Amino acid sequence: MAQTEADLLDNPVASRPILILRSPDFHSITEAVAGVVEGPTPAGWWFFFLPALALLGLLGVAVSWLFWEGIGIWGLNVPVGWAWDITNFVFWVGIAHAGTLISAILFLFRQTWRTSINRAAEAMTIFAVMCAMIFPGIHVGRIWVAYWMFPLPNQMDMWPNFRSPLLWDVFAVSVYGSVSLMFWYVGLIPDLAMMRDRAKTQTRKFVYGLFALGWRGSVRQWNHYEMAYLILAALATPLVLSVHSVVSMDFAVSVIPGWHTTIFPPYFVAGAIFSGFAMVLTIMVICRTAFGLEHIMTLRHFDYMAKIILVTGTMVGFAYGTEFFTAWYSGNPYEVFTFLNRAGGPYAWAYWIMVSCNVISPQIFWFKKARTSIPILFVLSIVINIGMWFERFVIIVTSLHRDFLPSAWGYFSPTFWDIACLLGSFGLFFTMFCLFVRFLPMVATAEVKTVLPQADPHWQPGAEREITDRRALEPAPEGAS
Amino acid sequence: MPLFGPQVPKGPHYGILAEFTTPADLYHACERVRDAGFTRWDAHTPFPVHGLERAMGLRRSKLPWIVLGMGLMGLSLGFGLQWWVHSAAYPLVISGKPLLAWPAYIPITFEVGVLFAALGAVFGMLGLNRLPMHHHPLFQSKVFERVTDDTFFISIESWDPQFDPSATGTLLESLGARSVELLES
Repeated sequence: MAQTEADLLDNPVASRPILILRSPDFHSITEAVAGVVEGPTPAGWWFFFLPALALLGLLGVAVSWLFWEGIGIWGLNVPVGWAWDITNFVFWVGIAHAGTLISAILFLFRQTWRTSINRAAEAMTIFAVMCAMIFPGIHVGRIWVAYWMFPLPNQMDMWPNFRSPLLWDVFAVSVYGSVSLMFWYVGLIPDLAMMRDRAKTQTRKFVYGLFALGWRGSVRQWNHYEMAYLILAALATPLVLSVHSVVSMDFAVSVIPGWHTTIFPPYFVAGAIFSGFAMVLTIMVICRTAFGLEHIMTLRHFDYMAKIILVTGTMVGFAYGTEFFTAWYSGNPYEVFTFLNRAGGPYAWAYWIMVSCNVISPQIFWFKKARTSIPILFVLSIVINIGMWFERFVIIVTSLHRDFLPSAWGYFSPTFWDIACLLGSFGLFFTMFCLFVRFLPMVATAEVKTVLPQADPHWQPGAEREITDRRALEPAPEGAS
Repeated sequence: MPLFGPQVPKGPHYGILAEFTTPADLYHACERVRDAGFTRWDAHTPFPVHGLERAMGLRRSKLPWIVLGMGLMGLSLGFGLQWWVHSAAYPLVISGKPLLAWPAYIPITFEVGVLFAALGAVFGMLGLNRLPMHHHPLFQSKVFERVTDDTFFISIESWDPQFDPSATGTLLESLGARSVELLES
């Protein structure tokens, strides 16, 4: 009987879910993944790469002009001293978090379905952190003193203030970027060796070989390697939670109404995972269709990710409600005003875009049809990222634009250069991602092969089918639900 | 194995390489090679095969101790830097906080600890595996190119006291090897 992908998703008989479809052997996994990198450049790749490169050029122009002229080219004014720069920073750091969640946290929980998507998600993390790190760097205005952010001995005999969350942020984001890069690279070593061993040209053999470090896949090596991978996962898990908590403390430790709340760390972490999974969906939908990897990145993976989006989106919605409750319950008139102003003031349009995109739209994922429909997933993933960008904008700008005295009230509108920096950061992200899918295996083949049934040393040919058949014939034991 | 000991045996042969087709064949062959008393040998797989380290009689990796040491060093360095800066190098009272405001030092202490532990995990793993090592006698073999694809290998080095070019080859063939190859050093 021919089974469709949807049948397998629903199959309650097989106790272990079938993660990779079309029952491939080890070699066909290698071919499917390495073939993408070794084949000729598809025309569609240029369709993504060239616009991304153009936007990256725009970022170069915008940042150069910013350095020349100063941050006055943005729409910043006196009550609103932070706007799109920090919005973009928090947005990109948040996106990064889903990659670490997939690669580290799901690894510790033994969620083997992560193996199909973890490589690309980790790459997304690194590129998103790169985009994020630009903004705190350039928003200081005097770029030539950006080194003051780091504890470097200097001729002024001055040191940064370690009691400030802004400095914690410098450490948190740079450690996060470094650890993510190490985690990703360690995961890549066996696959780089695969590319080396398959290389047809001397250049490819040399370059992949150089980075594969002479990996021989020996069990003595795997023994240390797997330990290193486990430890990195265990380190990255608290790290990822700490990073967005520290980012949220940039706001929460200040005394601005709308920022000064203790709910921020968990609220920011949930939002980060929410937006990051949406970005993973956007990228995976494109990659699996473009490169014919539908049997590796299956509807089951999308179903799981949509469930995580539903959970985190609802948590974010709960946090929006809690903020209002806390504002009312505090009895603090500034706090109450800030929140009423958020939902009904000059930026109400932004607030309601945020609520509709982040809280209302993901509720469609209660329905399995939506969770397994590629067009719905794709559209929703973009809607959610629009919403999450607006969340950061709402938090930052609405809390600043109404200062304590009405004489210091203002309104922020973006200039061309604000928009150029945001679009340019997308250019950087997609340029890097296009290069990644062109030159590196985007699926961790060594890990995907471990979830195939025949990877088990006690597996016998034909055993799988026998067990499935027997379970299908036998009635469920009594008491089993 | 000594950390900085000789890595490639002396003599005309590096050793012998046997090719297997499934993880199950490799697993049972490893048990037999282990029981035959070989010590200078290894198995090679495209992906980590679980339980194989036990079939080979390997011990648990010592890497966690390196990571622990590096992590503790990172934690102390992180805390020490902040303590020294605010108490000795640049004692400045900011918003009335004490000079040794230790709760405020925790995030950076944690981050530096994680950074050092991660560096310890990566470089410790590379050190224990003696990587990078871009040249190795095993790379002479043409079939060994499939070790990262779908083929499984056992290699026995010639300086193993039990090693004998013909008898060891026969043993590996009897264990179900698809091909057996003698490699020059």
